[in-house]
Amino acid sequence: MLVRLLRANLRPYRRVLGLVVALQFVGTLAALYLPSLNADIIDDGVVKGDTGYIVRTGALMLGVTLIQIACSITAVYFGSRTAMGFGRDVRHHIFRRVTGLSGHEVTAFGAPSLITRNTNDVQQVQMLVQLGATLLVVAPIMMVGGIVMALREDVGLSWLIAVCVPALAAVAILIIRQMIPGFRLMQKRIDRVNRVLREQITGIRVVRAFVREPQETARFGQANQELTDVAVTTGRWMATMFPSVMLIFNVSLVGVLWFGGHRVDAGSMQIGALTAFMSYLMQILMSVMMATFMLVMVPRASVCADRISEVLDTDSSVTPPAAPVTSLTRHGELAFEDVSFTYAGAPEPVLQDISFVAKPGETTAFIGSTGAGKTTLLNLVPRLFDVSAGVVRVDGVDVRELEPELLWSTIGLVPQQAYLFSGTVRSNLLYGKQDATDAELWAALETAQARDFVAAMPEGLDAPIAQGGTNVSGGQRQRLAIARALVKRPEIYLFDDSFSALDVATDARLRRALRPVTRHATVLIVGQRVATIRDADQIIVLDEGRIVGRGTHAQLLATNATYQEIVESQLTAEEAA
Amino acid sequence: MSDMKATERVPAQRGPFGAQMVTQKSMNFGPSARRLIGRMRPQRVRALLTVALACFSVACSVAGPKILGHATDLIFAGLFGRNLPAGSTQEQAVAGLRARGDDRLADVVGALKDLVPGQGVDFGALAGVLGIVLALYVVAALASLAQGYLLNTVVTSTMLQLRADVEEKVNRLPLLYFDRQPRGELLSRVTNDIDNISQSLQQTMSQLLTSVLTVAGVLGVMVWISPLLALVALITVPLGIVLTAVIMKRSQGQFVRQWRQTGAVNAHVEEAFTGHALVKVFGRTREAEEIFDERNEQLFEASFRAQFISGLIQPLMMFIGNLNYVVIAVVGGLRVTSGAISLGDVQAFIQYSRQFTQPLTQAASMVNLLQSGVASAERVFELLDAEEEPADPVHPAQPARGLGLVAFEHIAFSYDPETPLIEDLSLVVRPGQTAAIVGPTGAGKTTLVNLIMRFYDLDAGRITLDGVDIATMRRADLRSQVGMVLQDTWLFEGTIRDNITYGRADVTEEQMLTATRATFVDHFVRTLPDGYDTVIDEEGSNISAGQRQLLTIARAFLLDPALLILDEATSSVDTRTELLLQHAMRSLRANRTSFVIAHRLSTIRDADLILMMDGGTIVETGDHASLIAAGGAYAALYAAQFNAEPEEEAAA
Repeated sequence: MLVRLLRANLRPYRRVLGLVVALQFVGTLAALYLPSLNADIIDDGVVKGDTGYIVRTGALMLGVTLIQIACSITAVYFGSRTAMGFGRDVRHHIFRRVTGLSGHEVTAFGAPSLITRNTNDVQQVQMLVQLGATLLVVAPIMMVGGIVMALREDVGLSWLIAVCVPALAAVAILIIRQMIPGFRLMQKRIDRVNRVLREQITGIRVVRAFVREPQETARFGQANQELTDVAVTTGRWMATMFPSVMLIFNVSLVGVLWFGGHRVDAGSMQIGALTAFMSYLMQILMSVMMATFMLVMVPRASVCADRISEVLDTDSSVTPPAAPVTSLTRHGELAFEDVSFTYAGAPEPVLQDISFVAKPGETTAFIGSTGAGKTTLLNLVPRLFDVSAGVVRVDGVDVRELEPELLWSTIGLVPQQAYLFSGTVRSNLLYGKQDATDAELWAALETAQARDFVAAMPEGLDAPIAQGGTNVSGGQRQRLAIARALVKRPEIYLFDDSFSALDVATDARLRRALRPVTRHATVLIVGQRVATIRDADQIIVLDEGRIVGRGTHAQLLATNATYQEIVESQLTAEEAA
Repeated sequence: MSDMKATERVPAQRGPFGAQMVTQKSMNFGPSARRLIGRMRPQRVRALLTVALACFSVACSVAGPKILGHATDLIFAGLFGRNLPAGSTQEQAVAGLRARGDDRLADVVGALKDLVPGQGVDFGALAGVLGIVLALYVVAALASLAQGYLLNTVVTSTMLQLRADVEEKVNRLPLLYFDRQPRGELLSRVTNDIDNISQSLQQTMSQLLTSVLTVAGVLGVMVWISPLLALVALITVPLGIVLTAVIMKRSQGQFVRQWRQTGAVNAHVEEAFTGHALVKVFGRTREAEEIFDERNEQLFEASFRAQFISGLIQPLMMFIGNLNYVVIAVVGGLRVTSGAISLGDVQAFIQYSRQFTQPLTQAASMVNLLQSGVASAERVFELLDAEEEPADPVHPAQPARGLGLVAFEHIAFSYDPETPLIEDLSLVVRPGQTAAIVGPTGAGKTTLVNLIMRFYDLDAGRITLDGVDIATMRRADLRSQVGMVLQDTWLFEGTIRDNITYGRADVTEEQMLTATRATFVDHFVRTLPDGYDTVIDEEGSNISAGQRQLLTIARAFLLDPALLILDEATSSVDTRTELLLQHAMRSLRANRTSFVIAHRLSTIRDADLILMMDGGTIVETGDHASLIAAGGAYAALYAAQFNAEPEEEAAA
């Protein structure tokens, strides 16, 4: 998955990447050439006492150094550009893909998970590309180059490389392998500590009301101790890393001097070559270290890549029509014909054989216990889901045949979770109709019983709204969401339990104000309270996905057992008669 | 009691704007860093030992190259010695070389200390030197290992204590603190910031220590070997420091921009994905994509710059290192030929100069990391320094375990001195009575019950429970007299049994079952596969909202309090559960003094006393019939509700 994701998204950058590799190659070669020149200074300059040669070679070394820095900087430039461009492109693809998905897939993934995939996960893979382009490319070049140069200096000592490199790699991998599960466990324990603290803060009133502080402190103390235990263990492995690596480096140096000394003594090696060999060996070992550390990142990045690919590979279950119907006689008549809906992979249908007609100027209400399929039913209208069987028609046209933009423009949706976008009251209200005048906005607020509190805000329509609408109360949020749908003046209104956070009086006033505004529109209301839906022209009682009754409040009250049961329970709740 | 209400009450704190104000505060690096270090005081013996070990291990590793240089000299000497006639002296050899006009070589040979003409490399001496070096390195590694272990203990213990302090602090903070602080922001402090401190301490402390010590040690040895070469090497150091500082300053700004842009992209993605259906149905997909592309491009620009500029440090430091290398090679080479220094020393010098630039770069990047850690520490210290609740009285009054007589005597209270809420309120609720608190949103209904629980302290007046002023009791004693069922059905991670008994070990199975049966919990718990041992998972998704509420009622029932506080939730639970909740609450209220924040007409009409609140004060009291007859605010509220649904009343 990681490889596939990298290959697909790095394709546009392959020339640049080629350049980066070439630059790093030259730069590394230049860096590798330095010890060799230094050896020349010793062997041909110092030993022979030729100062002119020393100065000349020094100048050459300076030139090589300049080439090296030029190459590395250019490589870092293009490498960063590639890595960040890669991140940007992947984010772009994910975002486009997700906006094209239907509500079904979005729910299946979960919005928070999609957000993480779109940002954090991309970040991880992007980091790998960044390090790859700047460091990982260097490591093998440096290693191969180092080995070649070292061999050029002296073949007889090459067996030292064959011993030191695997030894270092083995020790590093051994320690890292101990650390990875430790880190994983530590992350879990951190999550747990955070969770306990989060629970305490969100439940602070309950904790205090029940005098639970001592128990909570004990619970936290345990989580804290567990975290510390694993932190100590992992920290020790980490502490082992540095001394072990240094020891291997240093022992290698000692080895070179001892065995090199013999070769120099035997006349098969020059003294300058010995010094150069030491430098090369250090460089080889450095590159091994670099590669090892980089490889530690790969498992994590590949988990992220899997999660990203999963999104990119998901197709929407709702596809736009090939030859869409682009015009409608817009009255807003809505018809469900033998509609069934089953979630992909679920054994039982959520909705079964639903048929009804909702006419313009009429209110159709749905009631039933949680899980009866009311929200799903509403979501079938704007094609957030597509029916599994049957047809949903708007003004006689199958919604699957309609151009999506046209379909959506006829619908005003107020979802169960009243969600507001960050911005201002105005920017939220303008969401469905960007050219609405202030008068239209105030009128909608008036109907939604939101005029008073918006007018009371010092900035009025320009009052800031935090993301999700968290800076206004639940009831205010619901009323603003209703106003937002009203501004759009659609033919079909979908109210999904949109009055739940309102107190009974506000609920009643709102519905009274709504009546004249929606006089010519088709209104669908999902409700929990009998009071909210009792005036509807048609009430449809749902139970376990089927219609078990329809009619007016009076009719159902007289004939329908399920409805009677619901009413009874609420009358006990609201009427202690 | 929701946090939304909290923000409603305190309009100055509007979600993210409040948070921004907090984070924009300028950083006080020095004092905060000292305070963070100061937190290690309980570990000071270990900390001092760590420093000592670090000094020792650095000294050993610093000595290494110098001794290795001696080994090189031995080899070099052997090389020359082999080519000289045996039995002659070094002086003779030098003289011989001069005679041949080879003055420079004569100088080189003259400087060699271990030269024995006619003999090759003295392997005995070499083995001795290398053996010493080897031993030195092993000792250095062991010391470094011990230092790492100790430091690890110091840091983890310090973090353990810091987390514990924060947790205890949370328990001592007044609730007002939680109301004023956006919850996400507070949670971020106690989680993200603490994690960040722990990580940066763990990563920086050991490396920073070794880096600084190594720089000092290496510098010392360099001066000792050759002051001239040390000077040469040192010239490049300020260059490196200046370059690093300039780059870091710039990259810091770019990193800030990168994270800010990441935040912007994240915020947009979050909105677009959370409001996915709305974006679609309101036909805003294209706009959402355009905004995303724009922010994504800005993120690309910012992160590219940040990565590029910070990516320069490495090659530039390498460049400076190489520059050093060249200069030392040349100058050192020249000095060797003039006999002023031995070849081994030059080689040692090259190694030292390598050792010199690397820890410098390292220290620089550690300081960078440390900055971020200290910034987090500052935020945590802010929390630790926040004003606490007034302490419990030293000689607390014992609560009279009475019948539940509650009296408010001329109380005054406000969340914010500028907007007085309750100014002079008196009322008495007699044992066994149910007082229904009604009124519009924001009228102060929750405030009233918060005062009884002493979640907040009064500005004036007093509240008594069975004749004892609640302010003279320990808060814990008061609260254990009161049962509370809140709107937010908070359950903690654990089994259903744990959640009901709430850590009270003295509860018998029979007592628990009595409570759960009376509150209709027993029935649904038995339908769960693990019964009372069912573990409530993270989101509590394995039980419904209504069931959660029933659990909290059972919890209060089990407590058997003299006084009960109920908040009737208006959340959308299905009708059957709603019915159960009604019954459960009613059985809980029986024979107990109760305050109910009432939303249900049945509760209100059954209440012995209705407290009609508006604008933070009680505007009317009385029972349903008398208040209707009075034709005041309550009558108006009642009419508003019933005019809307006259048929429903008839239907009942």
